[in-house]
Amino acid sequence: MKNINKEIPSADKLIKLISDNILKEIDTNTCLIGIPSGGHLVVESLQKLLPTNTKYGLIDASFYRDDLDISGLKVKDKTTNINFDINNKKVILIDDVFFTGRTIRAAINEIFDYGRPKEILLYVLIDRQLSELPIKPNFSAFKVNLPRNTYIDLKNQKGKLEFKTRKIND
Amino acid sequence: MTKLQLNKTGNLNHLLTIEGLKEDLIFKIFNLADSFLNINNRDIKNVPLLRGKTVCNLFFENSTRTRTTFEIAAKRLSADVINLDIPSSSQSKGESILDTIDNLIAMGADIFIIRHSQSGIPKKIAEHVGPNVHIINAGDGHHAHPTQGLLDVFTIKKFKDNFKLLSTAIVGDIKHSRVAKSEIFALSALGVPDIRLIGPKNLIPDNIKESNIKIFDSMEKGLKDVDVIMMLRIQKERMTRDNIPSEEDYFSNFGLRKKHLGLSKKDAIVMHPGPMNRGVEIDSEVADSDQSVILSQVTFGIAIRMAVMAMLIGKNIKT
Repeated sequence: MKNINKEIPSADKLIKLISDNILKEIDTNTCLIGIPSGGHLVVESLQKLLPTNTKYGLIDASFYRDDLDISGLKVKDKTTNINFDINNKKVILIDDVFFTGRTIRAAINEIFDYGRPKEILLYVLIDRQLSELPIKPNFSAFKVNLPRNTYIDLKNQKGKLEFKTRKIND
Repeated sequence: MTKLQLNKTGNLNHLLTIEGLKEDLIFKIFNLADSFLNINNRDIKNVPLLRGKTVCNLFFENSTRTRTTFEIAAKRLSADVINLDIPSSSQSKGESILDTIDNLIAMGADIFIIRHSQSGIPKKIAEHVGPNVHIINAGDGHHAHPTQGLLDVFTIKKFKDNFKLLSTAIVGDIKHSRVAKSEIFALSALGVPDIRLIGPKNLIPDNIKESNIKIFDSMEKGLKDVDVIMMLRIQKERMTRDNIPSEEDYFSNFGLRKKHLGLSKKDAIVMHPGPMNRGVEIDSEVADSDQSVILSQVTFGIAIRMAVMAMLIGKNIKT
């Protein structure tokens, strides 16, 4: 496998790009919701770059996924936490990597069980351009083509955010 | 029983007893139950996890609370729920339990919640069904009531930090209580070093050898410095058979009263699986006190039952 990590800019650089673009969109009605684990790490970093009155949430859409029978139930340490009224808000969903779109589909379904936002936008660090649904990020800081069996995730390595790749052999 | 309960990947296939369940699996259930607790605080309390699945509540013995919480749990997971009215169903026409089960499977049932007065019926059904049908024991005879045991230790975890440092007491008719047995297995699996069984001598099993279990026949001695007091319901219909002279007599010896809370640790919690006999095993003053977590048990029971059902269908749980 070629060293794709060298092709991808650093996580910090991509987060700065996302932050600059959120600053163009953000107003008092905007809230950011991260998808664990990678999207949550991005949101944690963004909190240092965005206005202090921004509202943040977390959405783990494990219970809304479509692959329970295939992949089993994934139980994460971080569970959904949206402790503000989402009705009529502009929601910016944040994830590290956009792949098939299925996680985002599940997350959008869950958001609507909390209320009716005015709009939902999707911002990601990396778009793999392999969406299996009519869902695309509104903003991606970097686009990459990778084989389907190669996974890339954002990890916290001793306080520094880095992308890790792994190959899954079926 | 462990082989029957767990699949090849070590996850739950049926839940028949807590006996043999390892600490890490119990914590997986807790972890999942925590996620469901958040959902129970939302306006829309359903998630689509069990959409299209059918859960059959088969209660051959009366129950209000357990049956209702299982039904709420299944509905919050978006499952279809069927409650079978056993006295008026085929059972009274002589159909065997396994025939009833086969018929319900033919109608598409995925999970059976079984309560029966005879020990071992849920196990017998679990041995009978195919790999995609799951059994949850909701209480069988004097044997086990595993979801009650799990929700009780889950409740303790919410109020106490470390199972490995806890002193716990279970008070009442231990011998005939499936709740007590499941609680003892759950507390032991989580490494609780001090489990005290308090009750009249004739209502305490005489074959206990485990070093972490001690027997007391007086509340004064048994409740000293405990962190958790778990009361059991006295089944009034058994009182004559078990030589309990009167409700008043039982209350004066083993009914939990305010004075007892002075013996236990200051922050001890009081639990009861319900339904309570106020003035028999517990005084209202204690049941309604700040130290009582009895209604929390009911709330947590829904989350635990959601977690167990999700695990049965979700099979390979990844954390």
